[in-house]
Amino acid sequence: MDWQALWLTLRLAILVAAALLVIGVPIAYWITYSRWRWKFLIEAVVALPVVLPPTVLGFYVLVALGPKSPLGTWWISLTGHSLAFTFQGILIGSVIYSLPFAVQPFAASFAAVDERLLVASSTLGASSLSTFRRVILPLSVPGLVTGAALSFAHTMGEFGVVLMVGGDIPGLTRTLSISVYDQVQALNYAAANYTSVVLLAISFTLLAVIYGLNRRIWAVWPWK
Amino acid sequence: MAVEVTTNPIPKNSAARAPANLRVRISKSMAADRSAAFELRAAVVVPAGITILFGASGAGKTTLLNCIAGVTRPDSGDIEINGHSVYDSAKGVSIPPQQRGVGYVFQDLALFPHLSVEKNIAYGVGKMSVSERESRVEVILQSFGIGHLRSRKPGEISGGEKQRVAIARALALNPRALLLDEPMAALDRPTKSRIMEDLRAWNDGRQIPVLYVTHNREEVFALGASVLVMENGRIIAQGTPHEVMTAPQQEAVAQLAGFENIFVANVVAVHEERGTMVCRIAGTSLELETPLVRSQTGEELRVGISAGDILLATTFPVGISARNILRGTVVSMLQRDVIVTAKINCGIEFAAHLTLAARDSLHLKPGSEIWLIIKTHSCHLMRV
Repeated sequence: MDWQALWLTLRLAILVAAALLVIGVPIAYWITYSRWRWKFLIEAVVALPVVLPPTVLGFYVLVALGPKSPLGTWWISLTGHSLAFTFQGILIGSVIYSLPFAVQPFAASFAAVDERLLVASSTLGASSLSTFRRVILPLSVPGLVTGAALSFAHTMGEFGVVLMVGGDIPGLTRTLSISVYDQVQALNYAAANYTSVVLLAISFTLLAVIYGLNRRIWAVWPWK
Repeated sequence: MAVEVTTNPIPKNSAARAPANLRVRISKSMAADRSAAFELRAAVVVPAGITILFGASGAGKTTLLNCIAGVTRPDSGDIEINGHSVYDSAKGVSIPPQQRGVGYVFQDLALFPHLSVEKNIAYGVGKMSVSERESRVEVILQSFGIGHLRSRKPGEISGGEKQRVAIARALALNPRALLLDEPMAALDRPTKSRIMEDLRAWNDGRQIPVLYVTHNREEVFALGASVLVMENGRIIAQGTPHEVMTAPQQEAVAQLAGFENIFVANVVAVHEERGTMVCRIAGTSLELETPLVRSQTGEELRVGISAGDILLATTFPVGISARNILRGTVVSMLQRDVIVTAKINCGIEFAAHLTLAARDSLHLKPGSEIWLIIKTHSCHLMRV
């Protein structure tokens, strides 16, 4: 069992979920309330990771982080080393890869807040920001939890993007899914099985707990 | 009976400004659906105190309130609250709803479901010290008798209590005007009148303009000192409930006021000195004495008569003050709950209401010969 990979994967998934709460909420707010006529283009871009093969996405992220891109050059001038094949690199790749899994539930829950409450809030003197903080966010907690849980789970099981951007460096970029792949390549099926079961158990437990706490929106949950 | 029909725009600065009032002169067109475009064109002054805005669904009442609150932007015109301009298309002024200081109680109340009653009410209370804010909320909670509900959520209180919370929430920000959009449509009458008493008591000390929207004519008589009648986006009448509802000048008002009998009639004689005139119902030889209105002989008018204002007699009545006595035959008797509606043919069909006991003691049935008795002042005249 590759405990190092497990710890690294958990760390990565938690950071991705946290980052997406910070980045995804403003994006989802904009998507929900913007009246810009070309908004659908941005929505399509946000949804791209759902359909794009992870290797393609990973390839572009790798190029963007590499020493020949403006972002890569800037990062190297700042820190002295490239983002490619680092933990920060796979974190960036994973955040992009999981973006739609956070933004879409966020946006759906914002849109579900009764518009009349927003009008009421404005006639009571609250600014848009204040309305967002005092009305929209508290009423969107289930959607925020769902988005964070989905991006966490999605990152736990991620393979292609991490491999393309991070390679397979033990302790740095080797996640559980890559570890399983390595074990299978080495014909070490017992270890692969063990790791897979651990990944399965952790993922299921976490999702069950989160959806259980959040069960109002999941009609299939067994008890109320 | 004076019914002021405000079709002319109110001249700006025409009268000395009252200490508190709401002046509106706006137009707003919107596409109601693909075919029909709807246009709101309203000019009105709402004084301090409670004014009822009455009209059928789709008359434009909510749109007018939305424009006043700043939720909807009119196409043109101006709106002043206590002399402060909050909207003026000529000057490009349009103050956002946050800064208008207009309390708005919505039809569906729109209470914040995740906040307690107390927090709902405190929501709009501006920046002030904690103790000041608490005392403001406390006063409102007590004034509307909802102190015991303070920590409950809106989902845990009754409909009447929700109304109180919604009104209290709008008043907690010390608004310069209050708008209520049919907030009590679903409430029983005693609950409604207790809430209105509390609102009236609260407003007695403050005297802000309160515009209360309803399409229920019982509320018009129960609540208001002053009534505005709205039809097709226009204010068509303004006055006391009695003036507006009992002497309608437009058929729209008549139907709202609930006349079961509406006939086209021609003026055949005008008796200025007696304050009456005689009208012949079109297509018949029936003549009715009616109150005098400004009109000429031969002019076509409509006569509205409430079914409850018609008396029935089995013999020709003598020694009676009523001036209109018509002979007819009962066509049908329809009982609905405890009221019987008799359809009576006098050359044209009338509907008259009577009680069960009256029906039984007169032995009325289809085919019975009967006399209809209608007072002059039960005949309400309207322009065609």
